[in-house]
Amino acid sequence: MQKRIIVGTFLCLFSSYLSAQTIYQTKSAKVKFFSATTVENIEAVNNQVNAKLSTNGQMVFILAIRGFVFKNALMQEHFNENYMESDKFPKASFFGNITNINTVNFSKDGSYPVSVNGDMEIHGVKQKVNATGTIDIKNGKIAAKSIFKVTITNFGIKGSYIGDKIAKEIEITVQSTYE
Amino acid sequence: MKKISIIAIIFCLFNAMPTILRAQQTDLFAAAAEESKNEDKNTTNYAIATFKNSRLINGHSVETVGAGMMDFRVHHRFGFINTGLYELFGLDNATTFIGFDFGITDRFMIGVNRTGFQKQMEGFAKYKLLRQSTGKVNMPLSVTLVAATTVKTIKDTDPTKPRTTADKTSYTFQALLARKINDKTSIQLMPTMVHYNLVPNANDANDRFSVGIGGRQKVSKRISINAEYYYQFNKWNGYKNSLAVGVDIETGGHVFQLHFTNSTGMTAPTYIHETTGDWGNGDIHFGFNVSRVFRIAKKKNAF
Repeated sequence: MQKRIIVGTFLCLFSSYLSAQTIYQTKSAKVKFFSATTVENIEAVNNQVNAKLSTNGQMVFILAIRGFVFKNALMQEHFNENYMESDKFPKASFFGNITNINTVNFSKDGSYPVSVNGDMEIHGVKQKVNATGTIDIKNGKIAAKSIFKVTITNFGIKGSYIGDKIAKEIEITVQSTYE
Repeated sequence: MKKISIIAIIFCLFNAMPTILRAQQTDLFAAAAEESKNEDKNTTNYAIATFKNSRLINGHSVETVGAGMMDFRVHHRFGFINTGLYELFGLDNATTFIGFDFGITDRFMIGVNRTGFQKQMEGFAKYKLLRQSTGKVNMPLSVTLVAATTVKTIKDTDPTKPRTTADKTSYTFQALLARKINDKTSIQLMPTMVHYNLVPNANDANDRFSVGIGGRQKVSKRISINAEYYYQFNKWNGYKNSLAVGVDIETGGHVFQLHFTNSTGMTAPTYIHETTGDWGNGDIHFGFNVSRVFRIAKKKNAF
């Protein structure tokens, strides 16, 4: 009888760890974009990105377009006014899943290559996006990083006013250290 | 024995509690979307680009240049159009304004400029007091304050009445009230006071009051049509109210402003109170302002 109880207790103990889903998040993830043309290079950083990662593989990034800071205030204004229309479309987001989440061991230090796919919404247009990146785990700190490219015309950012100063493909760097 | 087993079961239940709770997996997507929606209510969205430039046409708009930016400005007013073909409709003559504006913070700027007309030197300070916004803070208007000191350094024409620098100085105080009605249309009201240290006649008021009204209508992403009119409450004989209409064309770092105006001066005392041109007579100047911004200081917290 006693033995059974002990075994039962142990089973109970383990059971609580079986399907535990942990959510990591931060409000200070960074998203940087870089546009390179022969005319000029343009970059801007948003370091107030809301990022969430669940051990079940779900991944979310939400940011305010107004949060992108440029070196040049006029560029920032044009970015908001002319290109992103941030009054109409104040936010950009990514809702996706890490397809190979099973290969990530959240309790073991290491750098895990992952591939993510999901929906990215920019300028009011939702597109399927695939990207690769890494999840780095060090002393229990979880960080995610990815560099990928987006074609701006896919998100309805087009028109004669864009000119040659802005690259057709913009390189986006996402860096998130979860708390 | 029975006691132990009951305790064990209770312990077991407690232990299993987190599992039961977590068994219903949180949908991260729904949670994040909900959180984002709640955050929107707690953020303030300031209206940006109520006007394309820190000048509407002759006068100031509510806009300032950003922190660490320098705006190099050249304004030109050609001669009156009614001077005819001989003067190539005024294009043979021009009055020039050259100015340097500096953004100290995103809301505060200063500037110095020189106008050929009466050889004026001007210094001004401009501060965005209120910014139109929605969200957490709801502000229907943007309010910007401008204070300027203008000195006419032109030599005395009447040697019997020598004037000191103080005599040639005037001060301008403006409150600019603007509203960006939608992404295309903005309007602005400009109650203004100009104080002249010296006025032509003993009975003239040194303080001159006026109110300006202006606006812009965007016709494309890069082009807007602007208008600006100043009504004078106390007017000197023979002087007119200033009216200007123009087009703003924006090309990356430049803003070109092309316009028609009856004012020759490009500083507040001269365009508001010393306009002699009469629109009805064809005393109209074609003119332009060119504004080119340069980054001269690193923006804080940017990179």
